[in-house]
Amino acid sequence: MPTLTLAKAITAGLRRSLDSDDRVLLLGEDIGALGGVFRVTDGLQRDFGADRVMDMPLAESGIIGTAIGLAMAGYRPVCEIQFDGFIYPAFDQIVSQLAKMHYRTGGTVRMPITIRVPYGGGIGAVEHHSESPEAYFAHTAGLRVVTCSNPQDAHTMIQQSIACDDPVMFFEPKRRYWTKGEVADVADPPGLGRARIVLPGIDVTVVTYGPLVATALEAAAAASADGVSIEVIDLRSLSPIDFDTVTDSVRRTGRLVITHEAQQSGGLGAEIAAVVTERCFDALRAAPVRVTGFDIPYPAASVEEHFLPDLDRLLDGVDRVLDRANSLSGWTA
Amino acid sequence: MSTIVTRPHRSDDLSDAERDFVQLVTPDGQRRPHPVFDPFLADVTPALIADLYEDLLVVRRIDAEATALQRQGELGLWPPVLGQEAAQVGSAHALRSDDFAFTSYRESAVAYCRGVKVADLLRIWRGTSHGAWDPYEVKIAVPAIVIGVQTLHATGYALGCQKKGSDTVAITYFGDGATSQGDVNEAMVFAASFRAPVVFFCQNNQWAISEPVGLQSHTRLSDRAPGFGIPSLRIDGNDVLAVLAATRMALDRARGGGGPTFIEAVTYRMGPHTTSDDPTRYRDKAELETWARRDPIDRIAAHLDSLGELTDALRARVTATCDAVAADLRAACLALDPPHPLTMFDNVYAHPHSGIDRQRSQFAAYLAMFEQPGTSPEAGA
Repeated sequence: MPTLTLAKAITAGLRRSLDSDDRVLLLGEDIGALGGVFRVTDGLQRDFGADRVMDMPLAESGIIGTAIGLAMAGYRPVCEIQFDGFIYPAFDQIVSQLAKMHYRTGGTVRMPITIRVPYGGGIGAVEHHSESPEAYFAHTAGLRVVTCSNPQDAHTMIQQSIACDDPVMFFEPKRRYWTKGEVADVADPPGLGRARIVLPGIDVTVVTYGPLVATALEAAAAASADGVSIEVIDLRSLSPIDFDTVTDSVRRTGRLVITHEAQQSGGLGAEIAAVVTERCFDALRAAPVRVTGFDIPYPAASVEEHFLPDLDRLLDGVDRVLDRANSLSGWTA
Repeated sequence: MSTIVTRPHRSDDLSDAERDFVQLVTPDGQRRPHPVFDPFLADVTPALIADLYEDLLVVRRIDAEATALQRQGELGLWPPVLGQEAAQVGSAHALRSDDFAFTSYRESAVAYCRGVKVADLLRIWRGTSHGAWDPYEVKIAVPAIVIGVQTLHATGYALGCQKKGSDTVAITYFGDGATSQGDVNEAMVFAASFRAPVVFFCQNNQWAISEPVGLQSHTRLSDRAPGFGIPSLRIDGNDVLAVLAATRMALDRARGGGGPTFIEAVTYRMGPHTTSDDPTRYRDKAELETWARRDPIDRIAAHLDSLGELTDALRARVTATCDAVAADLRAACLALDPPHPLTMFDNVYAHPHSGIDRQRSQFAAYLAMFEQPGTSPEAGA
């Protein structure tokens, strides 16, 4: 069982998909000779040729729009958007064309397109390189939105995404690209839409995804030393959301904290809090709490550590649902 | 410089000679020989011209009937083709059956020529579907409503054909307004970079709703393409033979590995943008009258007449076809009923999606509350 970084686990998954299905094409900027700015496509053009691993002109709408036509011609394009903040020029093609083509055509035209997006902060980057735009896409009917938190899931989920006949937004937590882990060929992996309990616990359910799964696990370890047992759920899929796994957990713990890097308003945390409140209000022993990025543009790198939820802010949220002393104790607006 | 497009807020009222485009049949029906384009019409017999004439009249009749259906409240909206029939019929007739068309929403004449059923032409406008037909069956994508997006889809499809080693060509239809869109410009960049077998067929109908073409461009639209490395043709879009010849030339070039071609078909939108539009607010009657004298159907009729082919038999045949199509169209329209409400949940995804599946079943339970006693599946259970 090889140990790979998360980035190389995706590379290996892409290689597997390219190998097993001639219809798979990779499209993107700088993905050929360079191997992508994060080297996720390293060596793939050399091994599969420029006809299948294609450097595209520098236009995101053009890449997605062209992929739609290629999919209509029977291909399964995998598009790389270089950074999260560069996806917006392609927004119309993704939201109004890609997401709706199967619906518009009464199911006759399938869109087996995967869009890989390195996302999230914590790498000290300039503006537009640290964003978490997943909620825009989770809000859009017709798209599947997934994100991985570890090398094993990265390897499995990229292959599942490529094999899926629906368009999949595949969000890659770029600050975890260098996280190492064992990667095996799992015979019967969880489905693409399934959440996973990463750490079982008793007192509080922490729901998260992507880059903050590692943070939640660190927080759980710290809380454990303090006698608090946290259950950590890695959502893995943001559309659909596996609410059964979340509500089952909250029915056991009675307490919910949701954490993501993305801004709070209208984010995934709001949806999760609402659904949990609707479906297991009776089981809640405290109001759900969100620990998220603030409702500001992603700030400059020198202060990003204050924007990003970290171990301490997450535990402060845990203290709130446990009604223990916390930063808002005695706080009035 | 005598061009349409350098004039900022007026559309064309120049003479044909000044317009500097490819014209093979003059407005009075005379065939002009052309050393470059004539070879592309070598197989054009009077019988084929008669077929074009018939299709031109049929699509004009479809247009009139659909406009009437909208006025009678049977369609929510209709975007008339009136005036652009030659540009659409001539180019569609140039296509091979496996070529694939990617159009905007005004190309009902292209769709008709591709074999789309008349009922399917109306579904979108009657509000019973967003799409209406199987694109793979008729080799024409369902209409794109966001301006210009389909040019990229055509380019991608063409790239796919190129990868497979087939000689199928994609053609994309768009208007003068669309040439300002980023997607159309990106499509030309991508098509040129990969020498994609795609034809960019621009119907310059002079107006993007109320905006004259001069607001989109201060050069001829056809002059833009060479900047992308794409050769272009500027043709009289109201001359069905010029359109047929130019499109065949572009298709041949793409089929032979020569890459994309841009065609600017100069024509005119004689009607409103859609049945909701009021063009009297923004354009002159005189302009309309000028273009009425360049009517594409009058022109081909005059040409047929000059050949001695505009016979009573042909007229009778065309009238019968038009009447039959119009009757079919009306009957098909009235037969299009709203789909069952629960079908709105269908085909959002190709595979099950737990979120939508839950909403569908909850809404089904809600709808069931309104069923008459005795009609629900649970009744009597």
